[in-house]
Amino acid sequence: MPDSFSDYSFSLARKARALETRAKLIQSIRNFFIHNGFLEVETPLRLPSPAPEEHIEAIRSEDWFLQTSPELCMKRLLAAGYRRIFQISPCFRAAERGDRHLPEFTMLEWYVAGFDYQKLMGQCEALVGSVAQSLGVTKISRLNNSIDLSPPWERITVEDAFTLYAPVSVEDAMARDTFEEILVDYIEPQLGMNRPTLMYDYPAKLAALAKLKDQNPSVCERFELYIGGLEIANGFSELTDETEQRRRFEYALKKRAEKNLSRYIMPEPFLLSLETLPPAAGIALGIDRLAMVITGAEKIDEVVAFTPEIL
Amino acid sequence: MYTASDLRKGLRLKIDGEPYVIMEFNFVKPGKGQALYRTKLKNMINGNQFERTFRSVDTFEQADLREKKMQYLYKEGDKFCFMDNETYEQVYLTEDQVDDAVNFMTDNIEVEILLFEDKPIGISLPNFVELFVTEAEPWAKGDTAAGSTKPVKVQTGYTVQVPTFVTEGEKIRIDTRTGEYLTRVKG
Repeated sequence: MPDSFSDYSFSLARKARALETRAKLIQSIRNFFIHNGFLEVETPLRLPSPAPEEHIEAIRSEDWFLQTSPELCMKRLLAAGYRRIFQISPCFRAAERGDRHLPEFTMLEWYVAGFDYQKLMGQCEALVGSVAQSLGVTKISRLNNSIDLSPPWERITVEDAFTLYAPVSVEDAMARDTFEEILVDYIEPQLGMNRPTLMYDYPAKLAALAKLKDQNPSVCERFELYIGGLEIANGFSELTDETEQRRRFEYALKKRAEKNLSRYIMPEPFLLSLETLPPAAGIALGIDRLAMVITGAEKIDEVVAFTPEIL
Repeated sequence: MYTASDLRKGLRLKIDGEPYVIMEFNFVKPGKGQALYRTKLKNMINGNQFERTFRSVDTFEQADLREKKMQYLYKEGDKFCFMDNETYEQVYLTEDQVDDAVNFMTDNIEVEILLFEDKPIGISLPNFVELFVTEAEPWAKGDTAAGSTKPVKVQTGYTVQVPTFVTEGEKIRIDTRTGEYLTRVKG
């Protein structure tokens, strides 16, 4: 009789090449940051509360939560005077599982004091370009497209992307509350198909922890990197205004309470630190997603040894 | 009642009084945005398929379906015949209703027949089946690289990727949910 279990050795052995590439990718990222004068930091994986965001679900760990991103602690370090920091750490998000999602994944975050999102886009371009070069894979193929990872990349505003690819304008999509559906169905599949695409200037309502644009406060200084239709990174000029950040967190907490989602608490030490947070920009980049791009994997399962299903 | 986070491939729902099965499922979520649950649904009675995207606030009724253990007997024309070993009652399913399960069905295998209002409409297999390899390229000695594979054919006619050391006549275990090779079976 067949037993109910397998040790999945075959599936693990089959991933050897992808796991080697993944390891080299991480080493090469580390080299880039060390070479550029960044300090590698480690912040706690367990926190009293994640940043209050409406659409990110944290996993409980006793009375606390596992981090959904190291953002708050890293910004507290910036506020304390660390000017260039990076971290590669596991992040946890409840109920996120799909071809591009794992509930436990690996995030690269880096922050630079004195940068804005435009400068950070350039640095992101330089990082991926340099990593691709050191791995010898400047041209990759994804969904039958040949994509050249070397700079310069395509840059497009969210507004222009909607005009170009979607049946409705970004204003209409926001008004009808269909931004995500339109984004996923019409826009993402067009992004980063020949070269990586940096899409920027998101509607102010989707700012999260990003600063609004001085000349046009209806958008925020936030960008996303797409390669081959895959969302790779999210970065922004950091909001340094405590009152505004508190207002956004309060709104998110209220929305969460209305929807009966788990209760997060106001991260007071973080809010306090905003007083000394210098102008800065920061970005979160999914290591697993970048490994998918580099190895040509269609599913995130192919670039990690273990998925939750085989544990 | 199900919520959107319960959705997965193979789940059965009741929509407008009819049973639907999720044929394809993917979780998509722009990093900072709403989670979206994209599905391709198939009406389990008439086979009609359509795509639909749900949000995490959506809820779903469970389909009132029953499963019954039966034995696969034979195929006649485009009908597959199954028998309840206790009552000797026989039921028939079409090729469409059997679908991918045909890849793993050997004569006399025990399966679950799915009934909607006592009408047979589908089949589910054990998670693992063991099948003989009927066609395989011989093993090139020395090819021992971890992870290298070759295609072989099993007794049902299904083709599967296996490690290069698997030879004709051997029995292998296959996960019917993914269609993937798991291991060789000795004896």
